[in-house]
Formats: sequence, structure tokens, C-alpha cells
Amino acid sequence: MSTAAATHEHHGPATGIKRWLFTTNHKDIGTLYLLFSLLMFLTGGAMAMVIRAELFQPGLQLVDPHFFNQMTTVHGLIMVFGAVMPAFTGLANWMIPMMIGAPDMALPRMNNWSFWILPFAFAILLMSLFMDGGGPAFGWTFYAPLSTTYSNDNTALFVFAIHIMGASSIMGAINVIVTIVNLRAPGMKWMKLPLFVWTWLITAFLLIAVMPVLAGAVTMVLTDKYFGTDFFNAAGGGDPVMFQHIFWFFGHPEVYIMILPAFGIISTIVPTFSRKKLFGYSSMVYATASIALLSFVVWAHHMFTTGMPLAGELFFMYSTMLISVPTGVKVFNWVATMWRGSISFEAPMMFAIAFIVLFTLGGFSGLMLAITPVDFQYHDTYFVVAHFHYVLVTGAVFSIMAAAYYWLPKWTGHMYSTTLAKWHFWMSLISVNVLFFPMHFVGLAGMPRRIPDYALQFADFNAIISIGGFAFGLSQLLFVAVVFKCIKAGEKAPAKVWDGAEGLEWQVASPAPYHTFETPPEVK
Amino acid sequence: MKQLCSLMLLCLFVPQLAFANSKYNLRPGVTDISENVYQLHMTIFIICCVIGVIVFSVMFWALLRHRKSKGATAATFHESTKVEILWTAIPFLILIGMAVPATKTLIAMEDTSKADVTIKITGSQWKWHYEYMGHDLGFYSLLATPQGQIKNAEAKGENYLLEVDKPLVIPTGKKVRFLMTSDDVIHSWWVPDFAVKKDANPGFINEAWTKVNEAGIYRGQCAELCGQDHGFMPVVVEAKSPEEFDTWLAEQKQAMLDQADADAALLDQTLSHEELMSTGEQVYMTRCVACHQPTGLGVPGVFPAIKGSPIATGEIKDHIDIVVHGKPGTAMQAFVSQLTIKELASVVTYQRNAFGNDTGDTVQPSAIQAFIDGEEQ
Repeated sequence: MSTAAATHEHHGPATGIKRWLFTTNHKDIGTLYLLFSLLMFLTGGAMAMVIRAELFQPGLQLVDPHFFNQMTTVHGLIMVFGAVMPAFTGLANWMIPMMIGAPDMALPRMNNWSFWILPFAFAILLMSLFMDGGGPAFGWTFYAPLSTTYSNDNTALFVFAIHIMGASSIMGAINVIVTIVNLRAPGMKWMKLPLFVWTWLITAFLLIAVMPVLAGAVTMVLTDKYFGTDFFNAAGGGDPVMFQHIFWFFGHPEVYIMILPAFGIISTIVPTFSRKKLFGYSSMVYATASIALLSFVVWAHHMFTTGMPLAGELFFMYSTMLISVPTGVKVFNWVATMWRGSISFEAPMMFAIAFIVLFTLGGFSGLMLAITPVDFQYHDTYFVVAHFHYVLVTGAVFSIMAAAYYWLPKWTGHMYSTTLAKWHFWMSLISVNVLFFPMHFVGLAGMPRRIPDYALQFADFNAIISIGGFAFGLSQLLFVAVVFKCIKAGEKAPAKVWDGAEGLEWQVASPAPYHTFETPPEVK
Repeated sequence: MKQLCSLMLLCLFVPQLAFANSKYNLRPGVTDISENVYQLHMTIFIICCVIGVIVFSVMFWALLRHRKSKGATAATFHESTKVEILWTAIPFLILIGMAVPATKTLIAMEDTSKADVTIKITGSQWKWHYEYMGHDLGFYSLLATPQGQIKNAEAKGENYLLEVDKPLVIPTGKKVRFLMTSDDVIHSWWVPDFAVKKDANPGFINEAWTKVNEAGIYRGQCAELCGQDHGFMPVVVEAKSPEEFDTWLAEQKQAMLDQADADAALLDQTLSHEELMSTGEQVYMTRCVACHQPTGLGVPGVFPAIKGSPIATGEIKDHIDIVVHGKPGTAMQAFVSQLTIKELASVVTYQRNAFGNDTGDTVQPSAIQAFIDGEEQ
């Protein structure tokens, strides 16, 4: 007995920096991912502040157009690959083993590796900003030939950084799939899986399908630029439009990679605080799978103005419109879950409700963008910027905040300051709409995206947008305060933090012990 | 917020009147197609608003009535195949309702046949070139807003960033076909009032068309990120009555002939260093300044400096060569078709003497012509 206890001691965390560098523990790695993502969120946010400061007034005031383009490009890359995706991977690391009754992720050493290559990727990307000629300035979509023939010599750093991010994502995805398929506790049947696990499983398949396509695209950019190939160079028989087809074949599933786990989070939180089972569990699973499948056949709706045959435009318009059907089903199911529930408004629920309303708003503008003839007017204007920030900020980012407020007591063992959390919520909610809602107006009125200066009729709204931007940026410091205060101290949290919560993660103590479910629980 | 609500209400009840040409909304424009596009936009917008209002009324009702603090106890229902089928089928039918008018408009937009006038539009960093097919007429169209306004040294004009030195001129009431292509990166030619936005891709020719109902000046911008000065590449189109258009066309052709005569006359003249320098400065400040900068220092790692450059201080022939022919595979364009020989001579002279380059060289238009002719032999 005493020896058993002694060996058990050895499984505790190492001390100091070694704990974090060499860890193979899913909880430690989850924490690393989440903190890294928070750091990147603030870094990318700082770049957004530069963009909004320059756009506060017409005319060039603070930065030159070349640097402005670097800011829009790196802001996009950091938010997509550095903030949103690692945050979801962090949540997957922390929660999936605990939700399915597994002791850890299936491939713990690879787990360590897939996290620890990320800081290098972003260091390379950020370093390029300080080199002669600056960082990537061709938009996060890096359309050729702007990113090949006409880019500067630092493009190789961008390519290398993207390769590392892609490798990290693929490894993370493999780990998620292997864990879910093999390590479910006895009795955890497929149709009993928590929805967060389902949505992540489907996301992981999307990642494995499309990250290699992105790797192919950046490799072709690399060889076109440095090794004399002509994949995208029309003068050498290549095709610049093909670049866009390849990029968006990755890019469209990518946007679902950033939203499907969010659906899982909302489907977890809404039932908890409605104290009622999720309405239409199986239809939620099928809707997620249909969205994932449809995401492979809609990519060219990003390219309606590139000059496609009529039949192509019609096909991609119809297939894109279809996506609103399963997405609608999800929203209806969430509303039906709340209907005749016993609802209370804790911080996670408030973010979840805001998600439902504002994500749907982004969905509506998405449906409008699907209509090809009108898309010709919307395309590459601030209307598009408004659309994807509604689905990514008030969608993906709000769901991540909701998840953090939902599971933070489980991770730290402390309850956070609910007052501060509510302040964070209301300030974010108001400022985010001041920030993104007027973008619809300037977009419809004709302001193109990715410009450092604009015509005078857009001036009033841009000033408002910038003020909203600064307020939203500052509000996020409250979130940082809540998180770090909660890590340090706070009221002791019980095992089951929320009275309406269900799932295996609430059966273990708070904070979750370093090792959980070493003997699998029995799921009835 | 109040303004926002009234806006929403306004567009719900009076879609036809709702802020035509306003700062808030898409514009109906000046063609039948743009009007159709506008109607399509409003229809779908209103459908989305109605769906949103219904769904969120239900949700907010639940949030108000079914809350724990009001003593609500949770019901236990959690699935209904019937309801799921219903809310899959109804949106599907609504989508079909949207797809029908959208398909009709799209088919009309893509029909570029039977055009009266064809204009080839070529984008390059950061200007548009317009060529009237079959008329032997073509010209470049560049941003006309002075640098002083952009750098906040002067008050900004009414059409700040949306004004060009030479607008595209088209006739009203005629079907005008546009052929888009590019010399370097991808650009996108956009005039919101026509609902025409089409990418100009290198190596490809895209088609679009318009038939403008009202004479007037219509402004747009490049819509595809095309590098540093993407935001400074406006599109201005002047629609004139067919008679005025014909007169304009004849004038332009005459002007081109006059220019050729002027160039020929220059060959026998020797221009003063001062004249070349002052013309050169003007050309530099409109054509070269975006990349090489007003200081001549360029942007390190992106655009080379003129100050102390081996080309601008070395062999005159090499200098003329790079200005005339550009440098393939870089942003440096061939200016032979963009500038007159006087302008070419002036700008080379200017670059060789400004920014402390002090070579003391004077390059005459005849030297430029000799260089071009020498190439041809």
C-alpha cells in the first residue's frame, strides 16, 4: 500500500520550468495552449489598435501604407493561427480526456511537441516585422503574385512560420481523434459523447483534411519566389487564380475549424444554465457533420469576382446558401433548449447568449454574401470585414470566453470574481458592437477593406469604429485580470461548480487533480 | 442605438425609400442591373430581419419568463423529430425563394454579348490603363489627390482619394463591355453605381458590362489588395450622352496626333537643364514617389533608393533602359508607353541630379528617342 502511494507521488508535476517544458500532462499542455493563445490575442489585438488608430481620421497620420499592410496581414494570421485555434486546442486538451473519462490524451509526447513548436512559429513571424523590408504585407490570404513575384525577401520566414503552425495543428488533430476513438470510458457510446467532444472530433478531421492543402499552397509560394517555378506566374504558364482555389479549399473549412468547437461549447453551456437537457442532441451532431461536409464544396464563394463561368457561380451560390440550413437548426435547437427552462445568467451563460444573437447576425450577413449578384457589391468591402468579425469575434472568441468562465473554477479550484466578469461581459458586448456594427454601413456605402486611408464620406463611422475598437481592446484587460486573480486566489470552488452542469468533468474535484480517471469511470 | 432602431424600422417598412444613396446602405446605382442588385439586397436583408425578429423574440421571451429567479422550473422535453424536420424544411423553402431572383439577375449580369463599345482595362501598380478597342485610343488614369492632402498638410478636397487626372469616358444608353486584365498583381475594378466589380488578373481577360442610364461622374476604387498603394487607386468614370462621347473621342484622337507631332519637334531641340529638372520633379512626384519616396530613399528591403543608386549615378544608358523598359519580375514598370519622351528625359535628368546625386548630366528627349530607336534596329 505504501509503495503504491509512493509511486503515485512520482506522477506529480515536476517543479519549476521543467514542469512546463517537458510536460506530457494534458492539463499542463492545455494550460500552456490557453495562456499562449491569450498572449497572442493581446498581440494581435495590439496590431488591430494600430490599424484603428491610423483609420481614426482620413489622411495618413501614424504609419505608412506598407506598414499598415503588414499590420492587417499579421493581425489576421495571429488571430486565426495564434489566438483562436490554439485556444480551442487548449480547451480540447483540458476537457476532452475529462469529458470522456480518459486518463490523458492518447499521444502525450506528441502533445508536448505540438505545443512547443508554436512559440517558435510566432517568434519567426513576428521577427520578420523587424527586418529590412518588414513582414508579410500581402494580407493573411497571401494572394499570388503579390506574395510571390512582388513580395519582399522575408516571405520565406512567413512560409516557414505557416508550415510550423500547420504541423502543430495536424499533430493536435491526430491526438484528438486517437483519444476520442480509443480512450472513451466503458459505456461512453458515440451518441452519448458530450457535444464539445463531437464537434472537436469533426473539427479534427477537417484539420487533417485541409492543413496539408495550406502547406502545399505556401510551398508553391516558396518555390515560385525562390526556386524559379511558375505555379502562379502567368508569364511562365502558371495560374494566379489557381492559387485562390487552393487557398480557399483550405480557407473555407478553416473557418468552420474556428466555429465548430464554439458550437460544442455553446451546446454545453446553454443546457447547464437552462437546467434542461440540450434539445435535439442527435440533430446537433448531424448538423455539425453536414456543415463540415458542405464546407468542402463552397470555397469559390470567396472568389465570385475572379471571373468564373456562370455555372460555377451558380453552383457555389446554391451550395453556400445550403449551409444556412444546418446552422439554422443549431440556433433553433439552442432556443428550444432555453424554452421553458429555468434560466440563470452567470458569466458563461451571458457570453453564450451574446454568442447566439451576434453569431446569428454574422450568419445573416453570410447568407447575404452568398448571393452572387449582390456579392459583387459586398466583396472586399468593410461589409465582409463586419461579417467575419461577427462570426469570429462575437462568435469564436466569445465562445472561448464563455468556456473560460465556465471551466476556470474547475481548472484553478477558485471561483473568479463574478462582478469583474460581468463588467468584462457588458463592456465587451457594448464596445464590440460599436466596433463592428458600423462596419456594415461603411462597407455598403462603398469602403474597400485593407486601405490605410479613405474618402471623406466614411470619416464619421470610422471614428466611431475606432473608439469602439479601443474600448473593446481595453475591456480585454479586465479578462486578463479576472483570469490571473482567479489563478492566484479566490473562494474555494466545489467539484460541481454549476448546479445544472452535467458530465464527467464535474465528478472530479476542483481543481482537477493532476491525474484524473486513472481507472475509467463507468458511464451508465 | 435609437438611431439604429429607427434605421431598422425604416428599412422594414419603406424599403424603396430607405436611404437611397446614403451613408448607410448599398446604392441603387444608375443602371438597370444595379437597381436589380439593390432590390435583391433589400429583399434578402428584410427576410433576414424578419427571421431574426421571430427567432430572437422567442428567445428573449424565454429569457424573461423562464428564468430561475422568477421561480421557473425546467421542463423535461428534449427532442422532437417533427419540429426538427419543420425547421429544416422551412428555411430550405425560403432559400429557394431567394435563389430564383438571384439566379435571374446573375444570368443577366454575365451576358456580355452584343456590346456597342468595348474598353480594355489594365490594372498595374497603382493605376488603370483604358484602351478603346478599335479606336486606337488609350490612356492611363492616376490618382489626382495631391500628396499634401494625404499627408494632412493641406485641407482635403471634396473628392479626396476618389479623383483622377483622366477619367474613363463612356456613352450613356449604350452597352459598354469591359475587358479586364493586369500587368502585375491582381487588381479589381469597381464602380458601385454600376454594380460592376471584376478582378483584373495577370494572364487572364475577364469580362463585364454596363449600360448607364444617366449622364454623370461615378467614382469607385480598386477592391483587391494590390500592394502598398492599394488605397490610392481610384476609378472615375464619366458617362456622357452618345453625341458628346463621339465629340470627346474625336478630340482625344486629335490630341494624340498633336502629341506625336510635339514629340517629333522635340527631337531637334535642346531643352535647358532647368526646364528638364522642373518637369522631371513633377513627373517624379506623381509617377515614382509611391515606391521611391519623396526623399529618394525608397523603402529598405522593398523598393530601392534613387539617392546614390548605382543606376542613377552610373551609365546614362542603363538608367534610361530601366526607366523605359522597367525590370521584369519586380514592381518597376516599363514607362515607355506611359510617359512622353520629354517626360522620360526630364525624369531621368531629375533623378541623376536630385537627392545629392549631382552627376551634372542632362538627358535630352532626342537621347531617349535614339535609345528606343536603337533598340528597334
